[in-house]
Amino acid sequence: MNNTQLEIIANKVRQDIIVGTFNAKSGHPGGSLSATECMVLLYNEIMNIDPADPDNPDRDRFVLSKGHAAPGLYSVLAERGFFPVAEIENLRHLGAMLQGHPHIAIPGVDMSSGSLGQGVSAATGMALSAKMDNKSYRTYAMLGDGELEEGQVWEAAMFAGNHKLDNLCLIVDNNNLQIDGTLEEVNSPYPIDEKYRAFGFHVINVEDGNDFDQLRSAFAEAAQTKGKPTCIVMKTVKGKGISFMENNVGWHGKATNAEEYKAAMDELKRAGEELCRK
Amino acid sequence: MPEVKKIATRVSYGKALAELGEIHDDIVVMDADLAASTQTAIFGKKFPDRFFDVGIQEGNMMGIAAGLATTGKKVFASSFAMFATGRAYEIIRNSIAYPRLNVKVCASHAGVSVGEDGASHQCIEDIALMRVIPYMVIIQPADDIETKEAVKAAYEHNGPVYLRLARLASPVFNTDPDYKFEFGKGITLRDGSDVTIVASGLPVTAAMEACEMLAADGISARLINIHTIKPIDEELLIKAARETGKIVTVEEHSVIGGLGGAVCEAITEKCPVPVRRIGLHDVFGESGPALELYKKYGLDAQGIYAQTKEFVEGK
Repeated sequence: MNNTQLEIIANKVRQDIIVGTFNAKSGHPGGSLSATECMVLLYNEIMNIDPADPDNPDRDRFVLSKGHAAPGLYSVLAERGFFPVAEIENLRHLGAMLQGHPHIAIPGVDMSSGSLGQGVSAATGMALSAKMDNKSYRTYAMLGDGELEEGQVWEAAMFAGNHKLDNLCLIVDNNNLQIDGTLEEVNSPYPIDEKYRAFGFHVINVEDGNDFDQLRSAFAEAAQTKGKPTCIVMKTVKGKGISFMENNVGWHGKATNAEEYKAAMDELKRAGEELCRK
Repeated sequence: MPEVKKIATRVSYGKALAELGEIHDDIVVMDADLAASTQTAIFGKKFPDRFFDVGIQEGNMMGIAAGLATTGKKVFASSFAMFATGRAYEIIRNSIAYPRLNVKVCASHAGVSVGEDGASHQCIEDIALMRVIPYMVIIQPADDIETKEAVKAAYEHNGPVYLRLARLASPVFNTDPDYKFEFGKGITLRDGSDVTIVASGLPVTAAMEACEMLAADGISARLINIHTIKPIDEELLIKAARETGKIVTVEEHSVIGGLGGAVCEAITEKCPVPVRRIGLHDVFGESGPALELYKKYGLDAQGIYAQTKEFVEGK
């Protein structure tokens, strides 16, 4: 898939994120938007998955350990055909399929997550199972940078490094903002790359985690890395793609009001139209 | 009582697991640096490719177990009850129970019979913690024979299970060759009409002795062994409440939220009768030999006898 095609998908995903959280009057747009390019690339180019066969035992796995970015994951899955895009409109509604945080019962969702630090352990278990059974599938897990403050993240890293799980690829969405402020203001996990290296990981720093070429090359390097798990630390922009949300921590866990919704959708639609002219 | 064989349920568990591993190659066993104590080391030695000791990280162990289970493995994850259900509580809730995965949390060293290690290691709230989690099943076997069957039942059950095991060697009383473990069913070990004693785990044998002592005083006590604490055998308990009018519960656990709580909840809506709960009354345990601790908390035969007698006589 070429970058323009991917950008068009990412633009649709961003619109879905805004629609879903606006209708739900809640949810987490900021961290969904920062992670959009990465998840779009994984599900449309990198991962071996089939929307028609979401439970195939040989599929690649993805665990959204930063489960609050569920609107982003759901939108990517819907745009990829795992379930109708219309489901996004019912996000977080009573009786709806799409729960506030990822749930394994949703087609395409490989693990329930949302309590930070837990998804990465589950992903480690999936990668371990592949090693046990000599299966070639790969497991990806995305963590928030604030999530690195959870001790369980490092328990899992110690195990994955020790067991040389080279079929495991972690992605840290390093947008540098958590609910209570910047990472440094709250409890800095930096230097992230050195920490993961010390735990036996191959680390790839991606300067712009909202850039498809840089991400593509990182995933290629991860797939070629043998004998150790990989951690991709990607610098991203929280709220990416909507000017008034970018780098603004206030948009971590808040939906747009009617006026903001219109402004956000107008901006995304304009960007989408431009992409279609490319 | 004639000399009976004594085996700790954790030992029975370790042996049963190793046997079951021969039949089912989807079994994976995990431990958190206590494999010698929980007895998972037996399986580990026999099936090293299906055994993972994660070291001292119970939370991560439960999370990895969950991930393994998503791929079709049936994972038995062991540690001491304190760390398995306490330290890793929220991971069991969110990563194992909510996605309803096939992880069997098998914890040894439950209750005060841990003994000398003291309160920090004597878990008296694990049943309460596990009971409140949706989908979670709780099994506490009372002897060697029952444990072996419980391990099979845990394997067969589709979903999460909490298997509560003890450190202390205890009498093997299920000598009937036709012993049958029925998931969710209590076992009436002795019939009686004045009171029903409901016990689970190690105190069952002490309760059997207590029943003899009560009989000598002319008190007819029914004894029910509850191995499946959740889902509990409501029908059997309601029948006992109706027929004997009084119930005594016995457990090496806090009387809050454990077997006593479960029994009260089971009978209250349909047949409320007075219930005396024997166990730890909102206190921590302490160091000491296991049997002395049993005596202190009234969990030995004499203690069960005396408390039941007092209860029946309406004092």
